[in-house]
Amino acid sequence: MSPRPGFVLEVDRSTPATLIWHGEGFRLERLPVGSRVVYGPEPLAPLANSDQAIRHALDNPLGDSKPLRALLYPGMRLTIAFDDISLPLPPMRPPDVRQRVIEAVLDLAADSGVDDVVLIAALALHRRMTDPELRHALGDRVFEAFAPHGLLLQHDAEDPQNLIHLGFTDHGEDVEINRRAAESDLLIYVNINLSAMDGGHKSVATGLASYRSLKHHHNVRSMMNSHSFMDMHHSELHSSNWRMGRLIAESGVKLFQIETTLNTDTFPEQLGFLQKREWEWSLRDRASFLATSSALERMPGELSRRIFHAVRAPHDLTSVQAGAVEAVHESTLANLYRQQLVEVSGQTDVLTMGLPYIGPYNVNSTMNPILVACLGLGYFFNLYRGKPLVREGGVVIISHPTPWEFNPVHHPSYIDFFEQVLAETTDMFEIEAKYEESYATDPWYVHLYRTSYAYHGVHPLYMWYWCAHALQHLGRVIVVGGDRAAVHRLGFSSASTFADALELAEDVVGRDPTITHLHVPSLLMADVT
Amino acid sequence: MITDDLAGRRIAVTGATGFLGTALVERLLRSVPECEIIVVVRPGQRQGPGERTRREILRNDCFDRLRGELGERFDDVIARRLHTIAGDVGRDGLALDEAGRALLGSCDIVIHAAASVTFDAPLDGAVEVNLLGPSRVADTLRELAAERAAREGVAESLPHLIAVSTAYVNSGHKGDAAEELITSSKFVSKIDWRAEVRAARRARADEDATSRSPERLAAFHRSARSELGAAGTALLAEKTEHLRVDWVHDRMVELGRGRARALGWPDAYAFTKSLGENALLDIRGELPVTFVRPSIVESALSQPRPGWIRGFRMAEPVIISYARGLLRQFPGVPEGIVDVIPVDLVVAALIAVAAIGPDPSGPTVYQVASGVRNPLRYGQLVDLVERWFTERPLYDHRGQPIVVPKWSFPGRGRVQGQLRRATRALGAAERLVNSLPLRGERAEGGARLEERRVQAERALSYVELYGAYSETEARFRMDRTVRLFESLDAADRAAFCFDPAVIDWRQYIEDVHLPSVVEHARVRTTASGKRTMASREERSLKAILSDQPRCAAFDLENTLIASNVVESYAWLATRHLERVERARLVAGLLAEGPKLLRLDRRDRSDFLRAFYRRYDGAPADQLRLDSYELYSDLLGLRAFPEAIARVRRHRALGHRTLLITGALDFVVEPLRPLFDEIVCASMDERDGKFTGELTQSPPTGEARALLLDEFARAQGLSLCDAVAYADSTSDLPMLEAAGFPVVVNPEAKLAAIARRRGWFIEHWKRSAGGPRRTLAIATRRPGVQTRPPSWLTKSSAGEAR
Repeated sequence: MSPRPGFVLEVDRSTPATLIWHGEGFRLERLPVGSRVVYGPEPLAPLANSDQAIRHALDNPLGDSKPLRALLYPGMRLTIAFDDISLPLPPMRPPDVRQRVIEAVLDLAADSGVDDVVLIAALALHRRMTDPELRHALGDRVFEAFAPHGLLLQHDAEDPQNLIHLGFTDHGEDVEINRRAAESDLLIYVNINLSAMDGGHKSVATGLASYRSLKHHHNVRSMMNSHSFMDMHHSELHSSNWRMGRLIAESGVKLFQIETTLNTDTFPEQLGFLQKREWEWSLRDRASFLATSSALERMPGELSRRIFHAVRAPHDLTSVQAGAVEAVHESTLANLYRQQLVEVSGQTDVLTMGLPYIGPYNVNSTMNPILVACLGLGYFFNLYRGKPLVREGGVVIISHPTPWEFNPVHHPSYIDFFEQVLAETTDMFEIEAKYEESYATDPWYVHLYRTSYAYHGVHPLYMWYWCAHALQHLGRVIVVGGDRAAVHRLGFSSASTFADALELAEDVVGRDPTITHLHVPSLLMADVT
Repeated sequence: MITDDLAGRRIAVTGATGFLGTALVERLLRSVPECEIIVVVRPGQRQGPGERTRREILRNDCFDRLRGELGERFDDVIARRLHTIAGDVGRDGLALDEAGRALLGSCDIVIHAAASVTFDAPLDGAVEVNLLGPSRVADTLRELAAERAAREGVAESLPHLIAVSTAYVNSGHKGDAAEELITSSKFVSKIDWRAEVRAARRARADEDATSRSPERLAAFHRSARSELGAAGTALLAEKTEHLRVDWVHDRMVELGRGRARALGWPDAYAFTKSLGENALLDIRGELPVTFVRPSIVESALSQPRPGWIRGFRMAEPVIISYARGLLRQFPGVPEGIVDVIPVDLVVAALIAVAAIGPDPSGPTVYQVASGVRNPLRYGQLVDLVERWFTERPLYDHRGQPIVVPKWSFPGRGRVQGQLRRATRALGAAERLVNSLPLRGERAEGGARLEERRVQAERALSYVELYGAYSETEARFRMDRTVRLFESLDAADRAAFCFDPAVIDWRQYIEDVHLPSVVEHARVRTTASGKRTMASREERSLKAILSDQPRCAAFDLENTLIASNVVESYAWLATRHLERVERARLVAGLLAEGPKLLRLDRRDRSDFLRAFYRRYDGAPADQLRLDSYELYSDLLGLRAFPEAIARVRRHRALGHRTLLITGALDFVVEPLRPLFDEIVCASMDERDGKFTGELTQSPPTGEARALLLDEFARAQGLSLCDAVAYADSTSDLPMLEAAGFPVVVNPEAKLAAIARRRGWFIEHWKRSAGGPRRTLAIATRRPGVQTRPPSWLTKSSAGEAR
């Protein structure tokens, strides 16, 4: 049976309770009769033979590109950049897609006698990956072949020696990227395109760039003009990246883009109930839901976090395309939409969402309050094409415990931003004007970004900017079951139950509002008409 | 008229800096305009006698009224009528200089009011001042008179010596205590006062010798250690000597009280005063002597103003402890008499006695007390005090009013028993808390226990000291005093009233005494207590984080980071080991834990030196590289974000920052960007391997204070501008040296010390979101050796010696 498409359920009296993520746990909520629940399509069937598909893509490039084999020659400098730990979510079962693709690329390079090969994790301003994380992404063979010889690098956006300024776009934007990548005879970028935001020109122009370059599109104005940043045709974030990408190409950087899409088979069998529709739960699903949630309730937070972060997704490859950036990305988006797009007619007054334990910036780490805001109002809110799921002036209700917790090694500047800046103001423009530069250039944060495993000093501000479109659009944000102090610090309202949150929402949107629930998992994108 | 009788007279006063003496000098100056006053003042350690007169007598608010009345003439009048001579009643001949001898020799009346009035004075001190003081004064006066007679060839004229004593010299019995000489009293033991003097002096020498015995010194040293921990030799020595001196003092107090009680006096004060009367009678010769014996002297009824009091006296601490809810019981019987007499009545009596002159028939006694003529019952006093504080409660540190306890008038034995038991229990709990490895807010429980024990001890000492007074059943007659009062004319009676019958006790307690006591005690009388408390902390923090030039020194372990050198070693070592070996190494370290901890507590430097030998043969460059991973995997997770934010805050304010730690240089290298300077331990290196020997002594104890001083000077600052952050008593030298000591997550001992000294305390926590890890074990490095490297197998090299 082919997988069923996504659909919108209207809640009636016979609808069972809906599963809602709540950080490192979940809850069943009965949504009011008449509410809508948006379900994504079921996981697509994977490619029958991934390795063959990858080789096929490398040999049959899209757009104006020669096959990879034809681009490789002895004595050349080859650089392979790849997406970092933020993708995919959760991390996938080995072998990781990056490993499969890079192994195929390296086989071709070896065949062609290429011996100057360097791998670069495209961190942008993210934290460095640890050795075990790199090993997981690349596989033992690649890791062992490169790491001990210093040929497995991680992009360092604060290393002036290894950055190169390629010029300005016609909008005056600095384009400064990794020197090794720019000066190679060929740069290959290996993507995992989990959401429509990823890939395209953004891969190099963001993943291998410096703060000087990034600040032209990672800012409040861009984010307010990206409706949404998941839809590249209406996204200032993407327009800027596209201008930069074209300038990079004009500067003579030869890029061979490889993009991959995954299906939404997100959880292993024991958590299978998470991606099933509730009324279709089998007895076993019910039992494992009960067992899991009652065990999680009794568990200390630290342990449940560890258990969840050990989850490896059975994600499988649904497409791979290679060649010229723009042609490749167009094909990628089509494949992505095939898996994720759901038609929804009309906006809603109240959008509800349960946030999981993981987002792009807390893999093997802690989801701190700023990341909660970013995941809900940055990512989930923007999972739309056309119009936002929620009307202007509407309300978003987020379910997440939002603990006042930070990983001190991964997110040191987040702590200071939360304790010092958000305590003073939540106004984006004020924060950008008053604090961005000092957070971006602070020598201690730079030191930790370069030598430890810290996100760049400016990163928490970016995560806050990520919420810009949502905060401008919404009348109120309510967090259910969150740490009151932390929620308050974010400038949101706090409610202890869903029912209370709906009551609070009525103050803003009026009595008997329309309610839509974004059912995640699985990851979806709403096509709102 | 009294003023006429005393006109043109020269009156010497000893003890003028005391409560009674100050009131006396003021009253003479104000109410007896024609007399001259000589005050005999002991030179202070820093101030001459003239300066002491100015500061301690004339600046007292006792003189506000006179200053107001005289206006601009005040200074002139004082200069003309008040003279200060240097003298010390504790020394033979009073240690007078020539000018002093001349002036004292010219006096007509000498009022000896100097005394050691503390009830818990050491025996020998009380003997020197209270017992020998009056006879020393008498001796000197006789000598001066003889000299003068010889010099001027006239007949000897002796001044009138009025000795202020206490009614309690004769209180050891029930019933009437008459105004009779101590030698005539049937109820007072006949004691050889000279023998008592010798015994007291010998006791001091004996106790001092005992205190210096090796066993005792070792015990003092042990207590100093248990209080301060490894605070360094200098501080420990100082504390040890303090403990020794205190011990001798306490022994002398105990001896005094024991001797007094054995002979039937309530305490050493009454005992030595009594013998002082004896001695004076023995050696007075022809010197005319009058004794004035007040009972318990308290705040003024009306002169110079109602409620005037100097110092915190006998009843005040008891009353305040009661009002603060600390003293829950005080012995006494409701119908017993509390013999209290306002100071201005005693002063008036002294002046009247001076005016009529000595009794030609020989020494006489005037008692100034209230118990017979106008008794204040203990039950009445308690009622008044209870009602007063119920209407105007004091407030605790949370701003809550304190409810005063209800007294049930138990016997002294029962109260003492209860308090002793409470003191013992609290002491035991405190020792237990101090021995636990607690930190931060939990450790402060220990400090609170200490506070409560100190309170209980104080309550016990009040009961022990003053219990006898509330239980005294002697009734002090004052027939002669009353006769004297009645013999005065109406004007004098109005101006110099000393008849206790005029006191309205209720009015005196409610409107005069208690307001004065509360004012003096500086206690919280409004609910705004909490806010002022918070603002004090805010002020401290503001001073610490001011934009003035400062330098700030930080300790590392448990101040910035909740970890230690053993964990760092364990992490670095396990990074190079296979799984089985890792487990063995960690198990070994865990087993050694208590031993290592003991060594660390004994001497930090020795511990570090011994422990670092384990690094013998370790590859230097590899560890330098590993240290960054060590930071990310262990130290960074255990860092206190607020501590790091504080270091950064200091730097943002332009303050220079210094890290002082016994940790190794490569371990703290990842922290270097936080600090302007780092002082740490470093090891010698040979052929790319560490030798396990330190290049120099690690910076611990006093060395840290010196380093901080050096660091401050290098910035052109002084220690007063230095902020020091530390967590343990081994850093006491540095904390004491710094102008702004900040104690971070202190252990119970340090928490107690910090509370006592009012140091700023920070409670910094580890970040809640980091992974918790009980054991410091590294992720295995890729390409780990299959066999453990040699530096990790030479276990003997690392034995803690």
